[in-house]
Amino acid sequence: MSTAPKKSKSAPHYPTLPKAKTGITGLDEITGGGLPLGRPSLICGEAGCGKTLMSLEFLVRGAIQFNEPGVFMAFEEKASELTMNVASLGFDLDKLQAEKKVKLDYVHIDRSEIEETGEYNLEGLFIRLNYAIDSIKAKRVVLDTLENLFSGLTNQAILRAELRRLFQWLKDKGVTTIITGEKGDGNALTRQGLEEYVSDCVILLDHRVINQISTRRLRIVKYRGSVHGTNEYPFLIDEEGISVLPITSLGLEKEVSSDRISSGIPAMDAMLGGKGFFKGSSILVSGTAGTGKTSIAAYFANEACNRKEKCIYFAFEESPKQIIRNMHSIDVDLQKHIDKGLLQFHASRPTLHGLEMHLVAIYKIIKKFKPRVVVLDPITNLITVGSVSEVKSMLIRLIDFLQEEQITVMFTALTLNNIVNEQTDEGVSSLVDAWILVRDIEFNGERNRGMYIMKSRGMKHSNQVREFIITDKGLDLVEVYLGPEGVLTGSAREAQKLQEQTGEVLRDFALSSKDRELIRKRKVLEAKISNLQMEFESAEEELNKMYQQEQLIKQATQNARDEITNRRRGEQPVKKGGKK
Amino acid sequence: MTEQPQEPEYDEDETYQLRLFITGASPNSTRAILNLKEICNQFLKDHYELEIIDVHQQPLIAQAEQIIALPMLIKKGPGAERRLIGDMSDREKVLRGLGLS
Repeated sequence: MSTAPKKSKSAPHYPTLPKAKTGITGLDEITGGGLPLGRPSLICGEAGCGKTLMSLEFLVRGAIQFNEPGVFMAFEEKASELTMNVASLGFDLDKLQAEKKVKLDYVHIDRSEIEETGEYNLEGLFIRLNYAIDSIKAKRVVLDTLENLFSGLTNQAILRAELRRLFQWLKDKGVTTIITGEKGDGNALTRQGLEEYVSDCVILLDHRVINQISTRRLRIVKYRGSVHGTNEYPFLIDEEGISVLPITSLGLEKEVSSDRISSGIPAMDAMLGGKGFFKGSSILVSGTAGTGKTSIAAYFANEACNRKEKCIYFAFEESPKQIIRNMHSIDVDLQKHIDKGLLQFHASRPTLHGLEMHLVAIYKIIKKFKPRVVVLDPITNLITVGSVSEVKSMLIRLIDFLQEEQITVMFTALTLNNIVNEQTDEGVSSLVDAWILVRDIEFNGERNRGMYIMKSRGMKHSNQVREFIITDKGLDLVEVYLGPEGVLTGSAREAQKLQEQTGEVLRDFALSSKDRELIRKRKVLEAKISNLQMEFESAEEELNKMYQQEQLIKQATQNARDEITNRRRGEQPVKKGGKK
Repeated sequence: MTEQPQEPEYDEDETYQLRLFITGASPNSTRAILNLKEICNQFLKDHYELEIIDVHQQPLIAQAEQIIALPMLIKKGPGAERRLIGDMSDREKVLRGLGLS
């Protein structure tokens, strides 16, 4: 109970602990700003894990980047050897020495040459160190494998007392010091228990070989008065020195973009709401062997380069030349982008080094080239150097890193069976933003490629299976034929199309003949109607004629009768009125 | 223990070249000077040249001579170079180191 309030009280002071930046990629992130300023730190580890190199890089970077000259006291290697060893990393120690930025001092102790004849102290070392520090106004000191003193001198009691005095003296001097020490047996960090004198910051380096693949790792065992990353971090030694990859610092607070970028295949963009993928998202293309995953990836890379965006293509299976040649066959010219410096290929066999090293290597290359688009083809091969969970954790970190940098990434993954399994793809399917599945559709004696979008976060996307066709003109998607016989692809689709076309023609034909018959019928009908009409007319005429005849007869009869009547009366037939 | 047969085993013609590195007037240094002078007077008489160097005054020499522990005596000759550290209180070791025993 008493410690809790104390802690919270002193917590605000933690960030104020002054630190000296190491300048080593990644190490400053893990340590929250570097090593404790003006205090000694211990770097320990087994032989060959990079202690000397790391401490020397600390010194050189300090001299070059932070204008803090440094003294390197070597108890193991001669100055000339050191200079040669680090020349491969691009550090010119001779030049730095001439500029009075770095001072190398080789301390030689050989027990066989020395006779101990009584009380002594290490004042000589102090004087040397003091002189070296003062002569170049050093701010940093490295004591490389101080424990060699123990092999040169026998009186442990004196040595321990003197070491204690040395560290106190260094602190008083205000120089930031790195002491390196060989890892001891068992749990001991160093052979001689140096950690008991250097208690501010202890960094443990490790060089492990798992499955014949070696990985260097770094862990901060202790950092008094400062928060620090506690995990084991892989680190890489290459021609530019050491790079540590911090991974724990990544949260889920990255920026997101709602900009879209094209996949390079218009039909696929159309499936993705017409605009393509989100910028800075991660895309997984999975499928069985030979379904065109690399082609999709190459198209994507090509499209990015066409937009004048930089792109890196990490190939774990094929050599760059092979990919370039193969992509020519689908009318994609990657070489011209390489020539323009927009595209970079990095091909390495997964077994070249451990997963972590791959990650660090990828990380470094990306940091350097600053691409907008990254392709990893295929991630499945990484499984040969690590377990599924390791690959997954590596990919998580990679995706995190890429999203932080707003880089769009496309992975390809080989699935081994046709059954869509949520557990395939190294378990990254839950991490990626978009998942495109290319699969074989075996039907009717041929194999075709079907493609669909398994998921695409945050956008409307088609739920249709499309047929994915690769021609010498490039990639395209066509709608599969969905008919009463199911999904048809390839030649079956073509055949079905043809069949439909014939059907249409036939139907057209049938339709038109029916039309004609109708017209004919109508004509017949019309003819009949006119016939009848004519018949009717003639009948009517007949009738009329009869009627007129009747009238005429009637009239004639009347006339005759009148005539007769008149004759009887003897009257003139003019008096017609009598008739009334 | 003092005057015993081990006395004159050195070459009469040779001169012992000795350099003693000390740090100012520290107790170890003074003891070393006293002890060494005693041994030299006893065993080497006039056949030695002793140079006493205060490393504090000449810090550069510390690097040149690979000095770590002090006080230190370097026997430049005759024979192979030998280094002796400490306050020279262990007379047997000093004699062995100088090749006198």
